[in-house]
Amino acid sequence: MWAFINKLRSPKWFYAISARLQPWFWAAALILIVTGTIWGLAFAPADYQQGNSFRIIYVHVPAAFLAQSIFVSLAVTGLVFMVWKIKIADMAATVMAPLGAAMTFVALFSGAVWGVPTWGTWWMWDARLTSMLILLFLYLGVIALRGAFASRDSASRAASVLAMVGVINIPIIKYSVDWWYTLHQPATFTVTGRAAMPMEMWLPLLIMVLGFYSFFIALTLMRTRSEILRRESSKRWVRELAEEAN
Amino acid sequence: MPASEGSLSEEVEVAREEPRGGLAVAVWATLKRDLVLLLRRRSEVLNPLVFFAIVITLFPIGISPDPALLAAIAPGLLWVAALLAALLSLDSLFRADYDDGSLEQLLLTPQPLALLALAKVAVHWLLTGLPLALMAPVLGIMLALPAGSYVILGVSLALGSASLSLIGAIGAALTVGLSRGGVLLSLLVLPLYIPVLIFGAGAVQAAIYGDGVLAHLAILGALLALALILAPLAIAASLRISING
Repeated sequence: MWAFINKLRSPKWFYAISARLQPWFWAAALILIVTGTIWGLAFAPADYQQGNSFRIIYVHVPAAFLAQSIFVSLAVTGLVFMVWKIKIADMAATVMAPLGAAMTFVALFSGAVWGVPTWGTWWMWDARLTSMLILLFLYLGVIALRGAFASRDSASRAASVLAMVGVINIPIIKYSVDWWYTLHQPATFTVTGRAAMPMEMWLPLLIMVLGFYSFFIALTLMRTRSEILRRESSKRWVRELAEEAN
Repeated sequence: MPASEGSLSEEVEVAREEPRGGLAVAVWATLKRDLVLLLRRRSEVLNPLVFFAIVITLFPIGISPDPALLAAIAPGLLWVAALLAALLSLDSLFRADYDDGSLEQLLLTPQPLALLALAKVAVHWLLTGLPLALMAPVLGIMLALPAGSYVILGVSLALGSASLSLIGAIGAALTVGLSRGGVLLSLLVLPLYIPVLIFGAGAVQAAIYGDGVLAHLAILGALLALALILAPLAIAASLRISING
């Protein structure tokens, strides 16, 4: 166990292992997203109330899932970095934060577009839209705080603390916003409970969610690798790698 | 600075009197020192209150002097303005101590930093949150706030602003080492303020409509209890990051 954790601490080892994992996740992401998109947009039946506009769900829901999961990942990597000083965790957090913010924006934007046919307006101060907007602000705070420090170590630790504070607050914010106001339909997608939609609609959504997650993992691996090269550029193994490439 | 010298020699004396220098002594010394320092810089205590009054004056000018309209939005306006006033005063919470090095001394004490930081936050609440809560009903009159909600406005602000001080202190501790941390501080802290705002303004609304306000106040109290336990730890960790960086 300790040997494994010690291996994890080594950026060189991570660089090597991620090179082997990365293609599989890219392939999975490509296959799942293409299948899910074609199935969801062309073959899934239209909703009896919302018609074809419900198909936005195939982008909206996976993006919203990722937006929330990535913030939790930020807090987990932050904790790992603070407790065990594993640099890889912080590198991953650095590259995940902008992706999380982007996914939050995609979820908000697709929600707004979906709002036009269903609610007749681009924006509603509805509970879930509002908590997504607050999540976007939390992401921007973490990114801004990381950028504000001159010393990288302080920046990493400050961003880790803020991510942990944020993740404790997310459920509180979510429930207080729910209390405050709700117009939104109840959760459409649960893994455990019975699906609230027919199988032909639900399966492509599941495929899209899995595809988005694979995409997230693949992109994080790839960007963490570049972050390793950037931060370890003075190390011998990186220089040797660069010389080999030339 | 005579103030810090005085408190330094005081601490030395305290240490001599009580060699085992209990936690209570350290917390009490921090409380007293911060109170004295803040009361000497009176403008820092008064400015948030003046800001609160000016912002509340802007709304009737910007929106409409119609009492019916103002009464409808008064609870939210008062809460948002008080929240912003409390936010503005946060930047100076650790700033002076950071600049003159006494924050480092606080880090070096054998007592847990979280509790000493809690004492500093308590002083901040006492001289910012509490005065804002006392002042809010007066501004409520000017906004034609319906009768019967004045006490609840004050109570909800007093309870809520304690949570605001605690949560805000995390942001202040994270940004104290940065030369221009002010705007960043609000960016970090404001999203975390939203639950307090919801239940604080909600309590006043409920009082106006005659609903039960106790549920809102109870949740404000629960938020405060949670913040009291967790925020000092985050503040202490953040102060360590800011000092070492």
